[in-house]
Amino acid sequence: MIQFLQQMINGLSLGSIYALIALGYTMVYGIIKLINFAHGDVYMLGAFVAFYATTFFHLNFFVALVVAMVLCGVLGVVIERIAYKPLRHATRITALITAMGVSYVLEYTTQYFAGSEVKTFPTDLLDNTAFSFGGVRITMMQIYIFVITIVLMIILTYIVNKTKMGRAMRAVSVDEDAAKLMGINVDTTISFTFFLGSCLAGVAGVLVGVYYNSINPLMGMTPGLKAFIAAVFGGIGNIPGAMIGGLFIGIAETLVTAYGSSLYKDAIVYVILILVLILKPDGLLGKNVKEKV
Amino acid sequence: MRKEYLTKENIAWLLLAVGSFVICSLLMNLGIINSYYQITLYNICINIILAVSLNLVIGICGQFSLGHAGFMCIGAYAAGIITKMMPNFGGFVLGILVGFVLSAIVALIVSIPTLRLRGDYLAIATLGFAEIIRILVQNMKITNGAAGLNGIPQLTSWPLLMIGVVVSIVVVCNYTHSAPGRACISIREDEIASEAMGINTTKYKVIAFVIGALLASLAGALYACNFYVIKPSQFTFNKSIDILVMVVFGGMGSMTSSVIAAIVIGIINMVLANFSEIRMIIYGLALVAIMIFKPTGLLGQRELSFKKLFSSRKGAK
Repeated sequence: MIQFLQQMINGLSLGSIYALIALGYTMVYGIIKLINFAHGDVYMLGAFVAFYATTFFHLNFFVALVVAMVLCGVLGVVIERIAYKPLRHATRITALITAMGVSYVLEYTTQYFAGSEVKTFPTDLLDNTAFSFGGVRITMMQIYIFVITIVLMIILTYIVNKTKMGRAMRAVSVDEDAAKLMGINVDTTISFTFFLGSCLAGVAGVLVGVYYNSINPLMGMTPGLKAFIAAVFGGIGNIPGAMIGGLFIGIAETLVTAYGSSLYKDAIVYVILILVLILKPDGLLGKNVKEKV
Repeated sequence: MRKEYLTKENIAWLLLAVGSFVICSLLMNLGIINSYYQITLYNICINIILAVSLNLVIGICGQFSLGHAGFMCIGAYAAGIITKMMPNFGGFVLGILVGFVLSAIVALIVSIPTLRLRGDYLAIATLGFAEIIRILVQNMKITNGAAGLNGIPQLTSWPLLMIGVVVSIVVVCNYTHSAPGRACISIREDEIASEAMGINTTKYKVIAFVIGALLASLAGALYACNFYVIKPSQFTFNKSIDILVMVVFGGMGSMTSSVIAAIVIGIINMVLANFSEIRMIIYGLALVAIMIFKPTGLLGQRELSFKKLFSSRKGAK
C-alpha cells in the first residue's frame, strides 16, 4: 500500500508535467484544429533556456522559469505567424506535415548549436529535502512541481473563463467566421492561444529539467506525443480534460514502470491511445461531434 | 477485344528499367560506382520501394499513415532471423514470405479499427501502432532486444533489388489503374460521396493499406539482407518521416515523382552525409516551404509518361 501511494506521488509529479504540455495541445487543437507537432520541441527549448539562464547567467530558479516561459511563448507566436498562419484554411494533413517540418527545424537547430550530448541540469536550484508521511516519501521538488502546476492551471482557467481574451478564444474555437463578424480579431486571438500554450510548455520543460536533471535536443518528441495522447484521452479541445488526461497518463506510466516492466512504459501509453480512439474517440470529457455531410 | 500489352509506352518503360539495370551493373563492374556509391544506390532502391508503397496509402487512397517504418521493421526482422538460420537463397525467399504473412496480419489488425478514423487521428493511431511494434521487437528475445541482429548474411544482390523495385512499381501502378484503385482515388477525393455511390470504403482502404504494408516489409527484408545489422532504433518514427518526406517532395499521388524524389534525396543524403544535422534542418525547412508554397509537391499528381511524350511528338509532326 505504501509503495502504491509512493508510486501515485511519483506518477502525479510526472503527470503534472504532461498535463502542462497537454494544455497547449488541446487549446491549439480546439482553436485551429491542428496537431501542433512542434509543441514538444517548445517544451524542449524551455528546458534549454532555463539551463543556459541558470548556468551561464546564474539566474535564480524562479527568474529562469519566467524567462523560459516568456521566451517560449514568444517562440510559439513566431512559429504560428510564420508557418501555420498561411495554412489556416489548408487541409489538416498539409498543416500536420508543416508542423512536423517545424519540429525538425527546432530539434536539429538546437542540436546544431547546443550539441547532441546530454546536458546535466544544475542540481542545487531548488531545495530538495524529502519529507516522510508514514513511509511515503515526498520531496520538496515534487511539492514545487505540484504548486507551480496548480497555480498555472488556476490562472489559465481564470483567463479562459473570465477575461475578454478568454471569451474571444472560446468564440473562435466554436465558429471562426461568426467570431470575426462579432468584431473579434481572430489573428490576435489565435496568436494569444499559441502564446499561452507555449508558455505552459516552457514551464513544463524547466520542471522536467530540474526534476530529472538531464536534457537533450531530442527530449521533446516522446513527451510531446504522450501529452498529445493525454489531450486525446481527456477529450481534445477540452481544458479540464487535458489536465485529467495528463495526470492519468503520468500515473499509468509510473505504475507500469513500478509493477510491470519499465521497457513497456512507452507501449502502454500507445495502447491507451488506440483503445481511446477505438472505444471513445471524443475522449473522456469531449463532446460528441456529429459528422456533417 | 484483346488487351494490348506490348504498346509503345510499355516497351519504353521496359527499356528504361532494363537500361538502368544494365548501365548500373556495367558501372559497378568497371568500378566507376565504387562500394561507397553502391551503398547509396542500394539505399535509393530500397527507398523507392518504401516511397512508392507509402504513396499508394497516402497519395492514392488519401489515408495518412505514419506507421510505415513499423512494417519495414517486421519485414527486416523476419528476413534477418530466418536468413541467420538458413543463410541461402531459399531462406531469403522464406524470410520475405514470412515477413509478408506477418505484416499482412498486423496490417489487418491495425487497419480495421483505425481506418475508421480520419486525417490526423489516423496519423497518430498508425504512429502509435508502429511504436508498439518497435517496442515489442526491442523487448523480445528472438530479436535480440535493443542490441539488434548482427551478422545477417548479405543475400540482397543488385538484380534482386532491381526486381524488387520494378515489381513494386508495377504492382502499385497497376493497382492504381484497376477498378479497386479507382475506388481508392474516389475515397481520397470525397469519402462520403464515394460511400454514397456504393463503394465499400473500409474494404478498399484496408486493401490499399495491406498492399502498402507488404511492399514495406519487402523493402525491410532487402534492407536487412544488405546491411548485416538491424536495430530497433533504425525503425523509429523518424524513419516513417523520412519516407513521408520523399512522398511529399515528389507529390502525393504521383508514382514517377516518388521515384525521382527518392533518387534525388538519396543523392542529397550522400552529399550531405558529413553534415547530418544541417541536412535535417534543411529537410524541416523544405517541408514547411513546400507545404506553404506548393502543397501538392514538386510534380503534383502529374506522372511523367512516355505516352504523353509520344503523343506530343505526333502532334508536332
